[in-house]
Amino acid sequence: MTKITMREAISQALWEEMEKDPSVFILGEEVGVWGGTYAVTKGFYDHFGADRVKDTPIAESVIVGAAIGAALTGVRPVAELMTINFAFSAMDHIVNQAAKLHYMFGGQFVLPLVIRVVSGGGRQLGATHSQTPDVVFAHFPGLKVVTPGTPEDAKGLLKTAIRSNDPVLFIEHATMYQVRGDVPEGDYTIPIGISKVQRTGKDVTIISYSKGLELSLLAADELAKDGIEAEVLDLRTLRPLDMEPVISSFKKTNRAVVIEEGWKSFGVGAEICARIYEEAFDYVDAPIKRVAQKEVPLPYNKNLEQSALPQVADIVAAVKEVL
Amino acid sequence: MADIVTMPKLGFDMKEGTLVRWVRHEGENVVKGDIVAEIETDKATVEVESGFGGVLRKILVEPGTVVPINAPIALIGSDDEDISIWMAENATSEIPTGHIESEKQIIAEKTGDSKKGASFPISSGVPARIRISPLARLLATERGIPLDKLEGSGPGGRIVRKDLDSNLATPVRQQASRIEEDLKVQPSKLRQIIRRRMVEAKQTIPHFYVTRFFDVKRLLDLRMQMNAALPESDKISINDLVVKATALSLREFPNLNSSLQGEFIVQFADVNIGVAVAVEGGLMTVVCRHADEKSIRTISNEIKQMVSRARSGKVRSEDIEGSTFSISNLGMYEVYEFIAIINPPETAILSLGSAFEEAIVENGTVKPGWRMRATISVDHRVSDGEEAARFMRSLAKYLEQPVRLLID
Repeated sequence: MTKITMREAISQALWEEMEKDPSVFILGEEVGVWGGTYAVTKGFYDHFGADRVKDTPIAESVIVGAAIGAALTGVRPVAELMTINFAFSAMDHIVNQAAKLHYMFGGQFVLPLVIRVVSGGGRQLGATHSQTPDVVFAHFPGLKVVTPGTPEDAKGLLKTAIRSNDPVLFIEHATMYQVRGDVPEGDYTIPIGISKVQRTGKDVTIISYSKGLELSLLAADELAKDGIEAEVLDLRTLRPLDMEPVISSFKKTNRAVVIEEGWKSFGVGAEICARIYEEAFDYVDAPIKRVAQKEVPLPYNKNLEQSALPQVADIVAAVKEVL
Repeated sequence: MADIVTMPKLGFDMKEGTLVRWVRHEGENVVKGDIVAEIETDKATVEVESGFGGVLRKILVEPGTVVPINAPIALIGSDDEDISIWMAENATSEIPTGHIESEKQIIAEKTGDSKKGASFPISSGVPARIRISPLARLLATERGIPLDKLEGSGPGGRIVRKDLDSNLATPVRQQASRIEEDLKVQPSKLRQIIRRRMVEAKQTIPHFYVTRFFDVKRLLDLRMQMNAALPESDKISINDLVVKATALSLREFPNLNSSLQGEFIVQFADVNIGVAVAVEGGLMTVVCRHADEKSIRTISNEIKQMVSRARSGKVRSEDIEGSTFSISNLGMYEVYEFIAIINPPETAILSLGSAFEEAIVENGTVKPGWRMRATISVDHRVSDGEEAARFMRSLAKYLEQPVRLLID
C-alpha cells in the first residue's frame, strides 16, 4: 500500500489503462497541452501524443457526442467534462443516446464510454458551477453512475469503468483531489455496483458516498468521543445501487442517517430511506434522518456557501437525534 | 338533505349486523368520527363511527334489530333541517330486518340464535394509538409483551427497542403484583364472549376425544433444515407444519371439515384452519384460508401477520372469520397433552402438546426419539371415534413422513 492523492489515483488509472490498451483515449476541454483543469491529465499529452489526448472546443455536446460516436466504432473514449454543471449542455447525448443506444439497437452495439465529471460545491464557484446533481443522472436506467469517496476506490472503479462495455458517468468531487489514502500496489480493479462498509459500528448506520463519505468518517470520529459507534456505509455507485450491505447494517443498528451533498428533495437520502422502509420496515427503531444541502442555489460568499453545504456537525446532530 | 348513517360492512363475508346499543341519542351533536352505536356481527362487536358531523336527528333502528349492510340506521343533519320528506319517501320501504340466505344465516336460524357466532371485539378495548417503532412492535409481539404495559423513552414517548430490552429482564406477564384483598373483576368484553360461547359449545355439543402420539424426529429435522435456509423473520414453527398437515388430512376427511347446520352436515369445500392465539384477556382464532393449497412458508407468514395484528389490537375481521377447523397449541409450554373445546359451529378441534425427547421401545429395544401428542375433540353428532382415529392416522402420515408436506 502507498498513500497517494485522489488526483494521483485517477491519473494512475487513466495512465495505466492507456498504456495497457491502445484503444483508450482522452478528450475534453484543456485536457491536453494544459493538462486538465484539475491537472488529472498532466503529462499525458507529452507521453501519449495529440491523437490520444484530444483538446476539444468548449462545447460539451460535442465532447460527449463525439465520444459516443467513437465508442460505437469500438474504441474506448474517456471524455472529461470540466464540471457536472456543464453536463446539462450534453444532457440529450448522455441520457437519450449514451444511456439508451445499447437498448435501442437491440444489443447490436455496446458503448464502452466513460464520462468523467467534476461535481460538488465548496470552492466558491457560484450557483451555476457548484452543484451536486449526481442523483439526476442516477435516475436513468442504462447509465452507470460511479461516485468514489477514496483514492483506492477511485482508481479501482475507474479502471473497471474504462474496461466496461457500458456507458459510465464517473463523478469526482471538486474538493477531494487532495484527499490522501492507501492504494494497493500494481494493477487492481473494483467492481461497479458494490457498496462498502468503510467503518464498522453498532449504534447507527451512516450512509453516504463521495464527499459525504469524508464528512461521515469525520463525524464518526466525533461520535466515538461520546461513545457512539457509527457504522459508515459508502455506496460507491449510485446506479446500480447495492442495498444489501445497507440493509444488513440497518438490521444490526436499526437507526440510520443518510448524507448527501446535493439537495434533499427527491435525493439519494429519499431513495435510501424508501428502500429501507420497504425492505426492513420491521427493523426501524427511529425515523431515518437525511442530511443534505439547504434548498437554495449555492451562494458564492464563503460563509454562506459553507452554511448551505452539509457539515460534520450536522451529521453528528442528526445521529444524536435518531439515537 | 340529511346525511344517512348506514350499517357498515366490516368483513368480506359480512351480510348483516345486529345493532346492540346506541351510544348517542337523538338531538345530540355528533362530530365526524364520533362513535354513535355498537353493532355485533357474527364474529365481533364493533363500534360504528359517524362519517358525518351534525345533529343526530333520527334513530331508525331499535337496539336488537338485525340490519343488512348498507341499510340506513340513523339520520344526521342540521338542527332545523326538515327530514320529514326523507322519512315519507322511505316510509314504505320498512327498515329491513334481513333475509339473507347465507351459510351463517342458516346456522343461526337452526341453532336458534343469530347473535352467537364467534364474537370478538375489534375496536372496543383497543387502546388509543400507541407510539412505537416498527422494530419495538415486532419484538413486543415476539416476546408476548402487551404494548400498553410499556413506557416509551423515545421522542414523544415512542416505545423503542431499548424499552423492550429493559423489559426483557422482568417479563410483564410475571409481574402481576400480589393481591392484598379480594377483588371483583369486571370481565373484558372478550372474556364475556368466550364465556358465552364456551358454555354453549360444551353444553350443546357432545364431545368425544381421540389422542395419539406422533414420532416427530423427522418433522423437527425438516424444520431445522428449512429454518437454516430462511431469514430470521421467516422462521417456520412446528405449528405451521401441523397446520399444513392438518389441512392436507382434512382433504381426505371432509366430514371433519364441516358444520352441523340443523338437519344437515355442511361439508366445506375450502379448508380454512383456525389457529387459537392467546391475546391479552383471552384468546382469538385467526384463520389461515385454503391452508391445504398454500406453501408452508406462506402459511407461516400469514399466521405471523395475523397473530401480530391480533395481539396489537389491529385484527381485521377477515383474519378471524371463516375457519372450518381449529387448532389449539400449548406446545411452547411443555404441555404433555390437553383437550380443547370445539369452536362452534365447527365439528372438530385439534389440541397439540409439546414434542418431548423420550425413550421409545421398538422391536424390543429402547432408543431415544421425539414424540408429540395431539388430541382431536369431535362433535359426536357428526362423526365417530373410528373416523377420528383414521384422521389421526392420516395426520401421522404427514407428521411422521413430513416430506409429504412438501409434495402435496
